[in-house]
Amino acid sequence: MLEKNPVIFIILAFVVIMVGTSITMIAPFKWINGPGDMIAEVKPYTPLQQEGRDLYMREGCNNCHSQTVRTLASDVERYGYGGTYSKSGEFVYDRPHLWGSRRTGPDLAHIGLKYPDPKGAWHRKHMENPQSVVPASNMPSYAFLNVPLDTTYSERKMKLLKFPYTQADLNDLKGKSEMDAIIAYMRKLGTDIPVKKADAAATQVLPTASNPFKDVEAIEKDAKSLFSQHCASCHGEKREGTLGPALKGSAKSDADLFKIISQGIEANGMPSFNTSLDEQKIWKIVTLIKLDTK
Amino acid sequence: MNAKTQYYDDSVKGFIIWSLIWGTIAVVVGILISLQLAWPQLNVAPYLTYGRLRPIHTNAGIFGWGIGSFIAMFFYITQRLTKTPLWSPKLARVTLWIFNVAIASAAVTLAMGINRTKEYAELEWPLAIIVAIIWVLFSINVFMTILKRKEEQMYISLWYIMAALVGVTVLYVVNNLGVPLHLFKSYSAFAGTNDANVQWWYGHNAVAMVLTVPPLAIFYYFLPKITGNPIYSHRMGIIAFWSLIFMYLWTGAHHLLWTPIPDWIQTVAMAFSIMLIAPSWGAVMNGYLTMNGQWEKMKSNYLVKFMICGITFYGLQTLQGPMQAIRSFSAFIHYTDWVPGHVHMGTMGWVSMVLFGAIYYVTTTLSGAEIYSVKMANTHFWLVLVGQLIYSITMWIAGVQQGSMLLATNPDGTLHYSFMETMIAIFPYYKIRAVSGFVYLAGLALFIYNIYKTFQKGEESKTAKA
Ligand code: HEC
Ligand code: HEC
Ligand code: HEM
Ligand code: HEM
Repeated sequence: MLEKNPVIFIILAFVVIMVGTSITMIAPFKWINGPGDMIAEVKPYTPLQQEGRDLYMREGCNNCHSQTVRTLASDVERYGYGGTYSKSGEFVYDRPHLWGSRRTGPDLAHIGLKYPDPKGAWHRKHMENPQSVVPASNMPSYAFLNVPLDTTYSERKMKLLKFPYTQADLNDLKGKSEMDAIIAYMRKLGTDIPVKKADAAATQVLPTASNPFKDVEAIEKDAKSLFSQHCASCHGEKREGTLGPALKGSAKSDADLFKIISQGIEANGMPSFNTSLDEQKIWKIVTLIKLDTK
Repeated sequence: MNAKTQYYDDSVKGFIIWSLIWGTIAVVVGILISLQLAWPQLNVAPYLTYGRLRPIHTNAGIFGWGIGSFIAMFFYITQRLTKTPLWSPKLARVTLWIFNVAIASAAVTLAMGINRTKEYAELEWPLAIIVAIIWVLFSINVFMTILKRKEEQMYISLWYIMAALVGVTVLYVVNNLGVPLHLFKSYSAFAGTNDANVQWWYGHNAVAMVLTVPPLAIFYYFLPKITGNPIYSHRMGIIAFWSLIFMYLWTGAHHLLWTPIPDWIQTVAMAFSIMLIAPSWGAVMNGYLTMNGQWEKMKSNYLVKFMICGITFYGLQTLQGPMQAIRSFSAFIHYTDWVPGHVHMGTMGWVSMVLFGAIYYVTTTLSGAEIYSVKMANTHFWLVLVGQLIYSITMWIAGVQQGSMLLATNPDGTLHYSFMETMIAIFPYYKIRAVSGFVYLAGLALFIYNIYKTFQKGEESKTAKA
């Protein structure tokens, strides 16, 4: 029968493929993005951020960057930036999702926490010429985003996506470039949910308030490698100063330097490192910085 | 013998030629993006940046080369298995025409950055609608031919063909649902985690309904033709068929392990992925056993080489895939170059190998001439085999190396390597992979030349006779 009737055959084939489909794809609509998933702090995108998101899609950044911190400890450590793993509620305004399937570059789900600078100076320099910041990077240069942003559809987008917006938000679009929009989007990612870092954690680290590393030579190699990993992109490979000031020696005390590195000066673009560097490592870097003090 | 049925094969030839053109473009763009990963200075203009070219590569590969030649083969196979001429040759010609316009527009719009970003469903809504129309027109043509068939029995290939027609339609339509903003931009109908779940239900079943079911249909048809042996077990084919199309649909979430997708969906996906080994290997064994008593043809017959090598890669692919679907292994290789290694064993190995064999065979029947050069076909075989092996093996090594570096921690729980250290370690592999691309392209060039010459030879002998 089946072998002979193509109409019955395709109906049966359809039914067979709909079983798994119904259970694993259709049924989950009932609870994914439901009240249990919602996180009150997570806000929809502003018009500028949404424009940035659309540019991210246009440029296909998702082909190299993922946007989900998996529940694995190493993922949280590397890409959490003080936050935890990604939760469903962080994505409820994402149409489409941009989780990606490849990490040619790092995960960006919480990138806003890594570069807190409100002016986005690091992003600007990096987007214009990634290799000027990270020499071995294979990210393309996006200097061509330095053109005025097309805002024709900005308001329609908000309406279509049912995101709240104000006249001030729309005024904020005036004079902005595509670069500004994509940076605004980068800065938003991961920053809605407050991260408890700041002072409490920092003072916890301070008890051995004296630098344990007096012998520079023993730690120099470690310290240099830490510096080039975490600091060189803003202070220069040779500590000569680029986006941030030069760090060849410092008049500040060891303890003060420790505090700056641990807590950051976020308003001016210096990130806090108390979640990504432990006490020992910070002291090593401090020792290195003080090395050339005259 | 019955009176000879007049088959309509112009569109078969048309689709073959165009799929070769799009396939060549896919490979050339593949080489370009593999070079860009090693030398980022090659991102010379906005429309030639990696982020815009990668979807052109995957779309030209899957839709242009894959689907293009599947359509050709389905037209060819369906007519022969039903002993019935194609329902509407005119519709077939129109389908080819729209197909080419759609693939060309896909390349242009993707280069312009008009991109929905959902993998293998990147095309914006007007083009997505056109793609759906192409598929429906093609499906009607094949299905009507089957309905009007003169041969009552439906051979297993026809089952696979009909399943693909239904499956692709359902998948493509659902994952493309969205709300248009204007002609060149729409927003997905689904948000966040839901969107991800729908996407990978689609993504993985695109692998099933496009990169597995059609090549299987083709394999089941051509292997007996080439060897002269009937397929080993029709019954085994049927059991494998139903369990395959049943199980595949449960497994999408193996692309989303450790993400916010509900745990039970991940676990179900993991379990079904492992169960998939059975029906997949059912097909592989059916192929091998069909070769009984004919294994010496692996040496003497270039077509057998392509078919058996292809099904072997399918076998490996369906062992590797389930492994990747296990949580602990996924933690290690997900997001790394291991996955492109898997993908290209499937596309350059399995899918392309079977298509190469089928196209050689069909070219000789359509042109009425022997193949222009068997030696060239053998060289083609070795070049694509070596190219593909170098590609996949270097990427597996790169993936394992980067994966283990990324997970390495110090005794105090901090990370041992920075991201850039892990990346610098794999640059040498990127360079070797680019070389493998050129080897593969050389093989492809020989193939196309051989096909061209064979058609030419056919034309010449026809005019000579006339
Ligand atoms: C060819 C792959 C590729 C593409 C395409 C790409 N990137 Fe990158 N990106 C990288 C790599 C590799 C790095 C790590 C090295 C570096 O910082 O440059 C990176 C780093 C970054 C970082 C810093 C991450 C960190 O943890 O410091 C940001 C932000 C970023 N990219 C944003 C973007 C945006 C926005 C786009 C699209 C306009 C984009 N990238 C496109 C490969 C890519
Ligand atoms: C994203 C860029 C960025 C990174 C990464 C960064 N810094 Fe800074 N840093 C800055 C900026 C900008 C300032 C200037 C802040 C200000 O003017 O208040 C600064 C200031 C400082 C200061 C104070 C200098 C002074 O004399 O006032 C120290 C010390 C310092 N950084 C150390 C580090 C160390 C150590 C690291 C690596 C662990 C690091 N920074 C990583 C941007 C960065
Ligand atoms: C039983 C069979 C198979 C299973 C269980 C399976 C499983 C998987 C898994 C788990 C991944 C995700 C890897 C990751 O990102 O971590 C994957 C990716 C992929 N597989 Fe397979 N695979 C199978 C067969 C095949 C075959 C035959 C092909 C044919 C070409 C194929 C093509 C792909 C492609 C294209 C991707 C990449 C998707 C993307 O990330 O964009 N797979 N597979
Ligand atoms: C010489 C031949 C080829 C080369 C050099 C090549 C190169 C590449 C490169 C560099 C990538 C990006 C990998 C990454 O994300 O890091 C890629 C991805 C991909 N290619 Fe190819 N490719 C080739 C042939 C093909 C063919 C013939 C097909 C299809 C029929 C194909 C299908 C794909 C797919 C589906 C992906 C996406 C993989 C994923 O998401 O993980 N490729 N290819």
